[in-house]
Amino acid sequence: MAKSKNRPSTEINASSMADIAFLLLIFFLVTTRMAVDKGISVVLPPWSDEPPPETELQDRNAFIVVVNSHDDLLVENEITDIKDLKNKAKRFINNKGEDPTLSDNPQIAVISFRGDRGTSYERYIGVYNELLAAYNELRDEYSNGTYGSIYNDLDSADRAVVKKLYPLRISEAEPLDYGEH
Amino acid sequence: MAKFKTKRSNTTPAISTASLPDIIFILLFFFMVSTVMREVSLKVENTLPKATELKKLAKRTLVSYIYVGSPLNKKLWGSAPKIQLNDAFAEVGDVGLFIAHERANMPESKRRFLNVSLKVDKKTKIGILTDVKQELRKANALRISYAAFPRSEVY
Repeated sequence: MAKSKNRPSTEINASSMADIAFLLLIFFLVTTRMAVDKGISVVLPPWSDEPPPETELQDRNAFIVVVNSHDDLLVENEITDIKDLKNKAKRFINNKGEDPTLSDNPQIAVISFRGDRGTSYERYIGVYNELLAAYNELRDEYSNGTYGSIYNDLDSADRAVVKKLYPLRISEAEPLDYGEH
Repeated sequence: MAKFKTKRSNTTPAISTASLPDIIFILLFFFMVSTVMREVSLKVENTLPKATELKKLAKRTLVSYIYVGSPLNKKLWGSAPKIQLNDAFAEVGDVGLFIAHERANMPESKRRFLNVSLKVDKKTKIGILTDVKQELRKANALRISYAAFPRSEVY
């Protein structure tokens, strides 16, 4: 009995622990992917069988953006480079009645975006992204001037105020069908 | 003085590997936290476009995915873009049923928060996407998200 007291404590050999951990690591590397759940959020209009009602919309309050099947961009009947699109859209939305060819105010200004069934998705998203960027920048500019921080950092009450001033009004029209095939 | 001379062996001591498992475990935990399980095996090309105005999707359990792109196996399926739902190709008309299934698998209180993430290959023509969107409208799945990669440079 006395013998066991003096026995040196045996160490557990941990060298294989690394191998086990490596196996687990490699398993996770193979079966998982990086979490990239980001995207451009859109709310579709509800489905109705009836044709949409004719809305009384003055020409100056509609900003027509068309992309054809060759990915060319037409803004208000002018061929435009995508680099200029955001600033044009911002000028249109934030006109507040100054220029008679642009919108009356941001609340009734509508951007109508129409593609073609042959437009490439990359181009479509690129243009949509610019239109969204115009709205986001206007909101940021306003909230920076009024509340001193960007739109996303505002609390929900202030955010609702800005949202009411600059409502997101982009309409994705049914695409034309000239050049899918 | 020789009394204090310590005896040294000529061979270099082995490097202790006792902390190696800990390092690997840290790596392991990093990957477990920052990644998610692959749910489907892709059968279509799926290079997402790049955009700047991205929003993060709220909860993964409330998100359904629809993949669109030209098939990877072009000899078998041709090169026209196809829709992939779960693990199989589908027709446009199947989208409504797919959404109904996804809804049925959700807790009842969460069903109205269903979010559809459209993962569309950037080379696809938007014709097929439009058809999918019409089906989603008919199925009353109105919250959608065009999945895209972030891009830092602006025009």
